[in-house]
Amino acid sequence: MTDTAETSPVLTTRDGVPLKVSIARATRRQKLRAFLLVTPLLLFILITFTAPIADMLYRSVENDIVSETLPETVVALEVWDEGSGEIPNEDVFAALARDLKIAAEEKTHTRLGSRLNYENPGMSSLFRKTGRRVKRMDEGNYTEQFIDIDEDWGTPKTWQVIKQFSSPVTAGYFLAAVDAERTPEDGLGFKESDERIYLFLFWRTMLLSVTITVMCILLGYPIAFLLSNLPMRTSNLLMILVLLPFWTSLLVRTSAWKVLLQQQGVINDTLVWVGLVADDSRLQLINNQTGTVIAMTHILLPFMILPLFSVMKTISPTYMRAAKSMGASDWYAFWRVYFPQTVPGIGAGSILVFILSIGYYITPELVGGTSGIFISNRIAYHISSSLNWGLAAALGVILLTVVLVLYWLYDRIVGIDNVKLG
Amino acid sequence: MASALPPYASAGQRAWFYSFRVICGLIFFFLIFPVLIIIPLSFNAEDFFTFTPKMLALDPEGYSLKHYRDFFTNPDWQSAMWNSFSIAPVATLFATAFGTLAAIGLSQSNMPFRSAVMALLISPMIVPLIISAAGMYFFYSRIGLQGTYMGVVLAHAALGTPFVIITVTATLVGFDQSLVRAAANLGADPVTTFFKVQMPLILPGVVSGALFAFITSFDEVVVVLFLGSAAQKTLPWQMFTGLREQISPTILAVATLLVAISIALLTTLELLRRRSERLRGMTPG
Repeated sequence: MTDTAETSPVLTTRDGVPLKVSIARATRRQKLRAFLLVTPLLLFILITFTAPIADMLYRSVENDIVSETLPETVVALEVWDEGSGEIPNEDVFAALARDLKIAAEEKTHTRLGSRLNYENPGMSSLFRKTGRRVKRMDEGNYTEQFIDIDEDWGTPKTWQVIKQFSSPVTAGYFLAAVDAERTPEDGLGFKESDERIYLFLFWRTMLLSVTITVMCILLGYPIAFLLSNLPMRTSNLLMILVLLPFWTSLLVRTSAWKVLLQQQGVINDTLVWVGLVADDSRLQLINNQTGTVIAMTHILLPFMILPLFSVMKTISPTYMRAAKSMGASDWYAFWRVYFPQTVPGIGAGSILVFILSIGYYITPELVGGTSGIFISNRIAYHISSSLNWGLAAALGVILLTVVLVLYWLYDRIVGIDNVKLG
Repeated sequence: MASALPPYASAGQRAWFYSFRVICGLIFFFLIFPVLIIIPLSFNAEDFFTFTPKMLALDPEGYSLKHYRDFFTNPDWQSAMWNSFSIAPVATLFATAFGTLAAIGLSQSNMPFRSAVMALLISPMIVPLIISAAGMYFFYSRIGLQGTYMGVVLAHAALGTPFVIITVTATLVGFDQSLVRAAANLGADPVTTFFKVQMPLILPGVVSGALFAFITSFDEVVVVLFLGSAAQKTLPWQMFTGLREQISPTILAVATLLVAISIALLTTLELLRRRSERLRGMTPG
């Protein structure tokens, strides 16, 4: 044996290539092939999905509108001390006149005005008014002419806003998204408590999502327990009752609740008929938080039952029997032996329901009225109605961060590979 | 405790056993009632959303098909249905083709960066729809896809791929790689091996993935609401507008038809699951 080892110290394949090299080559080829199979989808997702998310991240901080529309003014403003309490000098006004003449021709000044209006109300009309009259301005003495058009040009606040937002990147949208603002002393502060709409909305989204998650645990646990302890034939049959709503279109379920919960709907009619509620004091079940919680608990309940069921299915009934044979009462055996083993299932289901719930849009929009809406509804509002895309993007980024952290937790607890469908 | 009551059960245990069943029955009722109640309501002869006295008396005059007639004759609903059926199959095709290939790649033992790639490919399922919709709206309007048929199809395909990957990967877990080697050994090239050996075995997984992708696109409303223009108005979008503005009982007829579609899908999926398990030599359960 030592002989062979000395004569051929390296194992080779038949064509003389060392075995190690040959295996490495084959492995590399396999790796490449595996990767090539994934590449089309990877590129597809990168373009159709990841790029849009990256675009949103960019939009939440992007702010080149001031430096693009007023390039000379931004340069001239660099030497002005915004803490001085005085307006900038004549050079800045001259630069502004030149910039605005070009902007007014290209009609970009109104866009700038509405952008700055988010930061300081009144800017939109200021720019529109100035843009109309800047073309007829005379040479020289611009300071006076501008103040003549609108005295806002004579207040340092206007100039502070322009200077503050002249850098191409801004944290302004994020500050607005958490109801904070820059104070004149160059510090940060929260807005007055009656103006804090977004923090309040985030808080409400969390609170309602927690309520929905708890409701799902309370309703889902008994069902999962029953299903996992029944004989297979019966439990498969009952499982249909869980899977059918799960498979039914979201809008079908939402419209069903909209019909059921109306003041003239089936539930109120039944309550009146039974006599629990007087005809003139029908319950207000929809267009408020009650509506959102009821409809969303129904919609998300299968997402709690399915993970719980798959965990409970693996718990052997012998543990409970052993506990009882050693003298534990039914409740004690359940609470000390069975329940602790189902905690991973509760964790998985809760995170899943919570993640889905905080990003919901359709159901709160349709049954939530004004008091039952979520942060997503505000994002949608800023995209399609108020057109403040930067703020929508910033709110979206915050929501996305929360979801990703929870998703990471879910991956740690359950593992993404264990996601099962139906 | 749950399956059957032992003969020696005490009175307390008996009481708890039956009350537990009643509680579960109520929860099942909560789950299924809203889905089922719309079916009889959709046959209402009046424009009401509740049972009329005639309906409760089971008088045939209280029932009618007029809401269904409205659905099949109203141009708004018809164009919405047509749009849904022209978007969903194409999106499904994209999602299934790319997703199946990627799932095969991901299931190979020496796939580099598997978990990172997997996380990226699954992400359309994790990110809340409103955020996907917002990002796509911003980005697609930059590249001119906003408000186009192709834009909606691509977006729906992206949302559907995670489901294809998950279902196909699950079928591939039980796949015997020595079959591929045997085929190669007998002289088949990789393409023949794929279509003659691998594909028939993973087909149930691919089909159920495709069904998931189809239903994702067919039910999707948030993304299409932002990305689509009036020419891409789908059935869920039309329902959404109907529910928000002037709710008409036609919605109940549409909802009933959609429930029928879900039942058909659910049945197909269950049959596919059984077939897949039989092919892989597992006992169906």
